[in-house]
Amino acid sequence: MEGSSRSEVCPQLLDLIPKQGEWIANRDGERRHGLSEEKKLELRLAPPGEDWSVKDNTKTNHRDRDESLFSLAYFSPMASMNHNTSINNNSNGSTVFSSPWSSSAYQGQTQHNHQQTKAPSFLQFPSTPQSLPVMAQEASQPCCTKVVDLQSSEKKTFSPSSAKTAVPNSSQKRTAPAPVVGWPPIRSFRKNLASSSSSKPAPESQNAAPDKTATKKPVETCGKGLFVKINMDGVPIGRKVDLKAYDTYEKLSSAVDELFRGLLAAQRDSCAGGVHQKKQEEEKAITGLLDGSGEYTLVYEDNEGDRMLVGDVPWHMFVSTVKRLRVLKSSELSALTLCSSKQDKVPLDSPMK
Amino acid sequence: MQKMAGSSFPEEVLEHVFSFIQDGKDRNVISLVCKSWYEIERWSRRRVFVGNCYAISPRMVIRRFPEVRSVELKGKPHFADFSLVPDGWGGYVGPWIAAMAAAYPWLEEIRLKRMVVTDEGLELISKSFKNFKVLVLSSCEGFSTVGLAAIAANCRNLRELDLRESEVEDLSGHWLSHFPDNYTSLVSLNISCLTSEVSFSALERLVGRCPNLRTLRLNRAVPLDRLANLLRRAPQLVEFGTGVYASELRPDVFSNLSGAFSGCKELKGLSGFWDAVPVYVPAVYPICSRLTSLNLSYATIQSPDLIKLVSQCQNLQRLWVLDYIEDTGLDALAASCKDLRELRVFPSDPYEAEPNVSLSEQGLVSVSAGCPKLQSVLYFCRQMSNAALRTIARNRPNMTRFRLCIIEPRTPDYVTLQPLDAGFGAIVEHCKDLQRLSLSGLLTDRVFEYIGTFAKKLEMLSVAFAGESDLGLHHVLSGCENLRKLEIRDCPFGDKALLANAAKLETMRSLWMSSCCVSFGACKLLGQKMPRLNVEVIDERGPPDSRPESCHVEKLYIYRTVAGPRFDMPPFVWTMDEDSELRLS
Repeated sequence: MEGSSRSEVCPQLLDLIPKQGEWIANRDGERRHGLSEEKKLELRLAPPGEDWSVKDNTKTNHRDRDESLFSLAYFSPMASMNHNTSINNNSNGSTVFSSPWSSSAYQGQTQHNHQQTKAPSFLQFPSTPQSLPVMAQEASQPCCTKVVDLQSSEKKTFSPSSAKTAVPNSSQKRTAPAPVVGWPPIRSFRKNLASSSSSKPAPESQNAAPDKTATKKPVETCGKGLFVKINMDGVPIGRKVDLKAYDTYEKLSSAVDELFRGLLAAQRDSCAGGVHQKKQEEEKAITGLLDGSGEYTLVYEDNEGDRMLVGDVPWHMFVSTVKRLRVLKSSELSALTLCSSKQDKVPLDSPMK
Repeated sequence: MQKMAGSSFPEEVLEHVFSFIQDGKDRNVISLVCKSWYEIERWSRRRVFVGNCYAISPRMVIRRFPEVRSVELKGKPHFADFSLVPDGWGGYVGPWIAAMAAAYPWLEEIRLKRMVVTDEGLELISKSFKNFKVLVLSSCEGFSTVGLAAIAANCRNLRELDLRESEVEDLSGHWLSHFPDNYTSLVSLNISCLTSEVSFSALERLVGRCPNLRTLRLNRAVPLDRLANLLRRAPQLVEFGTGVYASELRPDVFSNLSGAFSGCKELKGLSGFWDAVPVYVPAVYPICSRLTSLNLSYATIQSPDLIKLVSQCQNLQRLWVLDYIEDTGLDALAASCKDLRELRVFPSDPYEAEPNVSLSEQGLVSVSAGCPKLQSVLYFCRQMSNAALRTIARNRPNMTRFRLCIIEPRTPDYVTLQPLDAGFGAIVEHCKDLQRLSLSGLLTDRVFEYIGTFAKKLEMLSVAFAGESDLGLHHVLSGCENLRKLEIRDCPFGDKALLANAAKLETMRSLWMSSCCVSFGACKLLGQKMPRLNVEVIDERGPPDSRPESCHVEKLYIYRTVAGPRFDMPPFVWTMDEDSELRLS
C-alpha cells in the first residue's frame, strides 16, 4: 500500500501538536517557539547534570502550556512525561531493567534477578534529588509506587558525573550485568556457544583493567543458562526455565509453582468471566508436582522424545537429557503412557502440540 | 479476444507485458492505472507477499488474486526472536492453508516467517497442492518431524525444503526416509535447525539420487567423517552446511574431506562448522578462493585460524563470524576481501561483563575503510565512539543496513563519555540510502532528531534503552517518510508522541513498544479513533482495565489492517477496538 498523506487520513483532533510547534528544536538556535524566556529544552550534548536540570524546568513549563492543547480528556499525558524523565533517571539506576512496573510481570529469571540489582553500570543522570519532588506527586498511582521504591533504594548508588570522567574504561565499574529479557538481541540458538568451546583464550581487554585476571571470573548462572520450555495444562502461555539455576528437584518444583501460580489464577479468572474485577480468587500454590499428590504433576520430554516423570533419575542426569517440561493435570496421567527410568521406554503415540 | 472500447491493447498483450513485472510494489502501481488494468493485473498476479498475516484475511487475498502460485507470509513481530513475545501470541498459518487448499490447487510455493505451523497444516499442504515445489519455514514453530514426513511422502514435485532456524519437535530422524525412492527433484534442503539425528543412510541415498541438488545444509548431528561421502555424491553443490566440525585428527579423514571439497567445483557458500576445531579447517582451503558466502557464526575457532581462513577468500561477499575474529582478524578481512558486502559479528559470550576477546570498534572501522562494497553490517561489541561511527559513515556512504549492538545498554562513547548521538547522526547523514538501522549505547532525544531529519529512506528502526522524552519518538514518526517498521523497547516514550502521530501509523506496517511509557488510556483512544489500526495490548499481569488508565501497558503492538481485529488472541492480548468490551464505565 502506498503511503497516503498523513494529514488527510487522521482525525484532526489527534494531530494536536503542530508540526512546526515547540517540539521541533530549530537546528540553528536550538530555541523553541512560544515558551517563556526561561531556558528551553535544549538538545545538546552538555554534561548530563546540566541537561537534566534544564529539562526538569522546561518540562514544568511545557506541561502548563501543553495541557491546554489537549482537547481530549484522557489521562494527563504530562504526568506520564514526568514519569518518562524520572524513570529514565531511575532506570539507569536500575541498570538494564525494563520500567519498574513491568518488572513485576516478568516471572522467572527477570524477577529473581531484579533482587540482585547491584551498582548500576552507567550513571549518566544523577539528578535524582531534583526529580524526587516530581515523583512524589505521582506516588498515589498504585502502579507507580514501584518507581518510588526503586528510587529510594537506588539513591545511595548514584555518584556525581564528574567522578565518572576519571574512569577511562567504563567496564571497570561493572559487575557482571544482571540479564535482561531479550538482551542482547541474539537468537536462542546462538547462546551458550562459548560454553561449548574448550579452547578459549584468556580475556584480553584493549584497555587494561587493574583488576584483570587471567582466568575467567565465576559466571552468574543465568549467563550460561540451560533454558527449557515449560507448558502447563490450561495455561496457553508457555514459559522458559533456566535449569542451571537449580540443583534439586524441590527447587525446580517451587520455581514452577512461582511461575505459573499467578498465570493459572488469571486463567481461571478470565475463564470465569471475571474480566472486569480484580482478582478475587486467591492464588493457590501449586504443590505435589513431584510425587503425584497434587492437582498437577511435572513431566518432561527427554532427548529421545520420550515423556518421563520428573524426579526419577539423579538431577544431573535429568539436566543432561531434558528437552522440555510440562505440567500436566494429575488426573490425565493415567491416560498417557509414561516412562520411568527403570522400565523400557515406550514413546507416546502422538506429540502434544 | 476482448477488445476494449477505445484504442487500448488487447488484454492478452497487456497480460504478456505484465508478466515481465514480478515485483509486488510495481504490480500495485500497475493496478491503479485504470479498472481494466486492475482486472488484468489481478488475474495475472502469481506471487503475493503479506508482510503481516493479520493485515488482511486469506479470503480477501484469494478474492482479489485468484491465480496465485506463490505466497509469502510473516507472522510474529521481529522482537519475538528475542523472547519478547509470549508463547501463544498468534501467527497461526492454519486458516491460510485451509483457505488456500480450497482456492489455489496449483499453489507451488509457501514461504513463512515467524509463524505457527502444525503437523496438520503440513499434511494439508502435502495433500492439497499437486504441484507443490517450495516450502520455506523461517523461524517457525509448532510442528514436528511427523509433519515433515507428510511433506516428504506426498510432495512429488518438491524442490525446496528449508527449515531455517525453525523450532521443530524432533521426534525421529526417520521422516527423511519418507521421500519415495523415485523422488529425484530435490534442489535445496536445509535441516540445520534439527536437533536429533536424521537417518543417515536415507540422507545419503536421497542426496545421491537428486542430480539437481544445489543447497544442502546439514544439522549439527551429522558427524564430520560422514561429510566426504555426501560431498562426493553431490559435486554439483553450490551451498553446503556441515554438521559438527570436530573430530580427532585422522589423516585419512582429513585428506578424504579435503579431496571431497575440492571436487565440488561450484561450491560458493559454506556454513555449519559447529564446534569447529582448527585442525580440520584447512580442509576447505582448496576452495576458499571460490567462496562468496561463509557462515562461521557457530565456529568456535580463534583469531589466528580465522585469519588464515579469510585471507584466502578473496571473493568473499558475505561473512558471518563470532567475535573471536577480533580486531586483528577484521584487519585481515579488510585487506583480503575487497568484494565484501555483508558482515555480521556475533558475540561469543554476551552475558559476561568483561570482554573475553579483543574486539572493539576498531575492527568495524577497518572493514569500513578496506571494503568499498560493504553495505550491510550487524556488529556486536562492547565499546564504541562517536569518532569511530563518524569514520564509518564517511567511509561507507553506500551503507544500507547498519545494526550496531553495544552489549551493555546505555554505554556512552568510551573516549568522551558522551552519548553516541553524534555518531549515529553521522551514519544517517552520510548514508543516504540507509534502509535499516538498529541503535544501541547511550542516546538522548538528539539522535532521533538526526534520524528524523536525515534518514529519509529508512524503513526499519530498532531502538532499545534510548531517548529521554516523547520528543524522540515524535522526531522519528514525523520525519522518517519511508518508515515501515518501528520496534522499541525500554524507552521513555509515551502517549504524546504516539497520539500526535496517529495518522503516521497507518502508513507503516507495524509498531512495537515494550517497557515504554504508553498508558492504557492512550491505547484505548488510539484503538477507538483509528479503525484501520489494530491496537493490541499485551499484558501478562491481567486485564489492563483492572489498573488505572494511566498505568503503562507492558507491551503494545500496533499494525495497520483491512481485516479488522483478530479473533485468535490469547488471554494476555487485548484489542483496543472500539467495540471492545474493555471500556471505562
